[in-house]
Amino acid sequence: MKKERISGAEALMHSLVNEGVDTIFGYPGGSIMPVFDALYDHTDDFRGVLVRHEQGAVHAAQGYARSSGKVGTCIVTSGPGATNTLTGISDAMLDSTPVVVIAGQVSTSVLGTDAFQEIDFVGITQPITKWSYQIRRPEDIAWAVARAFYIAGTGRPGPVVLDFNKDAQVAMVEYEPATVDSVRSYIPYPTPSRNAIEEAARLINSAERPFMLVGQGVELGEAHEELKALIEKADIPAARTLMGLSALPSDHPLCVGMLGMHGNYGPNVNTNECDLLIAVGMRFSDRVTGKLSTYAKQAKIVHIDIDHAEINKNVPVDISIVGDCKEVLPMLTELVEKASHREWVDSFAYYNAIEDEKVTRKALNPDSGPLLMGEVARRVSEATGNRAVLVTDVGQNQMMSSRYFKFTQPRSILTSGGLGTMGYGLPAAIGATIAMPQRTVCLFTGDGGFQMNIQELGTIMEQRAPVKMILLNNNYLGNVRQWQELFFNHRYSWTPMLNPDYALIAQGYGIPSRLVIERADLDDAIREMLETDGPFLLHVAVKEEANVMPMTPPGATVSEMIFE
Amino acid sequence: MTIMEKKLYTIIIYTENIAGMLNQVTAEFTRRMMNIDTITASSSSVEGVHRYTISLWGEEDSVQKVTKRIEKKVDVLKADYYTDNEIFFQEVALYKLSTQRVLADSEISRMIRHSSARVIEVNDNYTVVEMTGQTDSIVEMYNEFVAKDCMLQFVKSGRVAIPRSSLENRNEQLFNEDYKRKSIKDR
Repeated sequence: MKKERISGAEALMHSLVNEGVDTIFGYPGGSIMPVFDALYDHTDDFRGVLVRHEQGAVHAAQGYARSSGKVGTCIVTSGPGATNTLTGISDAMLDSTPVVVIAGQVSTSVLGTDAFQEIDFVGITQPITKWSYQIRRPEDIAWAVARAFYIAGTGRPGPVVLDFNKDAQVAMVEYEPATVDSVRSYIPYPTPSRNAIEEAARLINSAERPFMLVGQGVELGEAHEELKALIEKADIPAARTLMGLSALPSDHPLCVGMLGMHGNYGPNVNTNECDLLIAVGMRFSDRVTGKLSTYAKQAKIVHIDIDHAEINKNVPVDISIVGDCKEVLPMLTELVEKASHREWVDSFAYYNAIEDEKVTRKALNPDSGPLLMGEVARRVSEATGNRAVLVTDVGQNQMMSSRYFKFTQPRSILTSGGLGTMGYGLPAAIGATIAMPQRTVCLFTGDGGFQMNIQELGTIMEQRAPVKMILLNNNYLGNVRQWQELFFNHRYSWTPMLNPDYALIAQGYGIPSRLVIERADLDDAIREMLETDGPFLLHVAVKEEANVMPMTPPGATVSEMIFE
Repeated sequence: MTIMEKKLYTIIIYTENIAGMLNQVTAEFTRRMMNIDTITASSSSVEGVHRYTISLWGEEDSVQKVTKRIEKKVDVLKADYYTDNEIFFQEVALYKLSTQRVLADSEISRMIRHSSARVIEVNDNYTVVEMTGQTDSIVEMYNEFVAKDCMLQFVKSGRVAIPRSSLENRNEQLFNEDYKRKSIKDR
């Protein structure tokens, strides 16, 4: 094959095309200018999304990746451009989101001299990436880009950083495409142990009260059907983590709700009642387990995960199966016997009915008073036929929308679970609309988080990204205020917030908006939002001092939920 | 809560020989504020593969977790942890002594002859003694030299270690593409 002689920046374009990249989220600057110059000639290859802050670029790439399953791509400059991506990279690391962040870097000749906008980006990002590499020679571009996308997207996905020296961007190279489909020190898909699967099947077959915990791993492994086949055959009730909410449809007869601090009562109580816990593609986060020393002590535990380092990390397990759930679940299904655990399955409904009585009914159908977050979330969900992608910010808006939204489609929950990044929602929603233009994308955000990346309204305006923004405004940093009320003696330190006129802000960006204060107006406002072509800001004035309930208080046992 | 016992552990790590690798490995200790006692990094018998030997005091639970996190890194081929009874290990020490003091006290020469130490340099100003052994005997020797008031400088390496297990794989097997796959599966 005849080799082409091209610049390093052009070699990057070729390599990105090879990896199937169709969208780039980015922001130009000094030491990445040759790359943006090359992008000028590649408008047919890539949709360029100019964000308004580099943090937004990574979150948008995360939204793109999480909603589609493809690797998200960002290009930013060195120094502040690079450091602005750190929150997004950390978020992607904790939530296993495949993104490749390409950052400019000063020329190799001045590395280490504190040159203008020089920062040790590889050094900074090593602890928060799957792989971080500096491209110092144009000859390395094809290999490094191929390796970056391979590592980001395989196994347990995660972020990869390419730190691209400016001299390597302008130097000429005999370009030859590269493919990376293995790295000798990296086993993305470990072969599951047949013995462990047989032992797990024996435990399932002898269990009287088996309980399945479903995490985002099922979504990432695209094992939705495989999961259903197993739980249906063995009649195992299943609860989902926040990150795994759309891994199993909300209305599946064996779906018993959400785990976690603000999850449902049934699954949390029954965690400490089951005789077998089968965790798949989840990592026993402290937000799921509560107090570890009293977590599921009565149960045998089987943990299925693709990441060996997750096994026995927080919860000691009896059987571990390290492998891809897409492969493991069918092997288990084949070995388990058809079973029925009706009484056990029904016991979840018993506890969930208590929650319904004490919390849910009041949250969804209040007689009077200000609008509540829960009713807004449920009405929006139903108005989309429960088929929308839910993007949340972090805080009460996140917990209430994830509690009351319903999921029927895979890859329908985009939320910052691990890092809990306020400001994640708005840019992530932009990424989702770009990756999945055929789907309705509903962002639930609070007045705090909305303002943390509010500059991305500019991106929405420019891209005409049809994000349906539901701003749940309570004039507080609500989740912190709730903790102050419950655990800090009502001392509302730094949580009341004076808000701007959001209608004027939306107007400034040419985005239609509507303020809803009265319950009677809610349905019509939602209709208007969904019928409007393009973005829309639905500004909902919700009850100021409302709490997310039920709740497992910090440090409490998982089954000890409080209702008020 | 059971209180776990702190022990001295040795972690042996094989990595690709690339810039920044050591930083990636030590960062896993930093985030837990685990203090590395000794570290020895050098090339292994396999070209392009480096071998780190890290010793530290810790509880098995946290040592095991940190070892797994290190092995998970893309460019780490393998990481395992051992207690002292599972490995052979040695350290090297160099003692720089005053030649004048050594000549003035024949007991010093006798001490050196009766130990595993050896003299590797003698000149008018100083004498350099090298000793390979375990920490206790190296420190004991140090204390004796200090007591004799002949010590000018002292340096000791971190440990190098090799597992006692006869099932241990040959280094070359790290190249085998199924190696890491297998090691994950069998644990």
